Amino acid sequence: MDVVINGERKNVSSGTLLELLKELELDPRAVVVEHNRKIVRRAGLGGVTVNAGDAIELVHFVGGG
Amino acid sequence: MTTAVETIRDEPLTIGGRTFQSRLMVGTGKYPDMETMVRAIEASGAEVVTVAVRRVNLDRAKENSVLHYLDPKHVFLLANTAGCYTAEDAVRYARLAREAGFNDFVKLEVIGDEETLLPDVQGLLEAARILVKEGFKVLAYTNEDLVTALRLEDAGCAAVMPLASPIGSGLGLLNPFSVRTIKRRLHVPVIVDAGVGTASDACVTMEQGVDGILMNTAIAAAQDPVAMAHAMRLATIAGRAAFLAGRMPRRDVAMPSSPTKGMLD
Repeated sequence: MDVVINGERKNVSSGTLLELLKELELDPRAVVVEHNRKIVRRAGLGGVTVNAGDAIELVHFVGGG
Repeated sequence: MTTAVETIRDEPLTIGGRTFQSRLMVGTGKYPDMETMVRAIEASGAEVVTVAVRRVNLDRAKENSVLHYLDPKHVFLLANTAGCYTAEDAVRYARLAREAGFNDFVKLEVIGDEETLLPDVQGLLEAARILVKEGFKVLAYTNEDLVTALRLEDAGCAAVMPLASPIGSGLGLLNPFSVRTIKRRLHVPVIVDAGVGTASDACVTMEQGVDGILMNTAIAAAQDPVAMAHAMRLATIAGRAAFLAGRMPRRDVAMPSSPTKGMLD
């Protein structure tokens, strides 16, 4: 199914946000997840199902001033 | 007779209940490479290190993250809301940053103009009020306007961060009078943020009596960032020591340092 991750349309398998991170080879401890404009706590990632058309933002810390 | 050098005793810097020994805070942006950044931070002696919140690059997430190079056990990560032009965006970025799980401090930036990167003080106050209500320790990046600084303090900010000059400009402290006035009138710590270009700028800034200074480009864009970080460390300490020592009054006429009596006929 198609979802929008960080502004880009992407085809992913169905599952939870935690499974999505695994599919993207991302460490859940190293990213913060926003699902349809709502922040999902790390502990809750396994309890939220990803649906087609969802908007997901995956952010982390980069260099900045 | 003692040979020990008596230095001025300073108190540590406390912001939002956290205590820091170093009054120099540094950014992590614009370094030629990550290894230089790590060495420069070490040379600066800074404990507070700012980071930005950005989208993960899905192709190379690990290399991209600053946490791949910095140990949050050794530095205090201060997330910023750089690049945000509305209160709403800044609040969103701050919430995401807090969710990373390190602390509830945020360096709040709401930018109002692309060319000068000067703050939108209305948006800043709006975002500050929301974030303070949500329990954030807000360090608000603002211009050198006293009234805005007072309102930010009233809003509950943990520190107010007036600029020395525009972000990344390296113009140094343009308005020492205003920065001194802000420091005199506020009760929360005043940390000058942005605009420092070289060590003398940092020194002059600290001589105004402010509680600390935050810089990024002055170190990262120096020809030798590690050496400049060391210089900034010394300048920050020197400026602080000079402030505590209390400078001599300025006078418009000369006064001889040597005795005027006892001269030969």
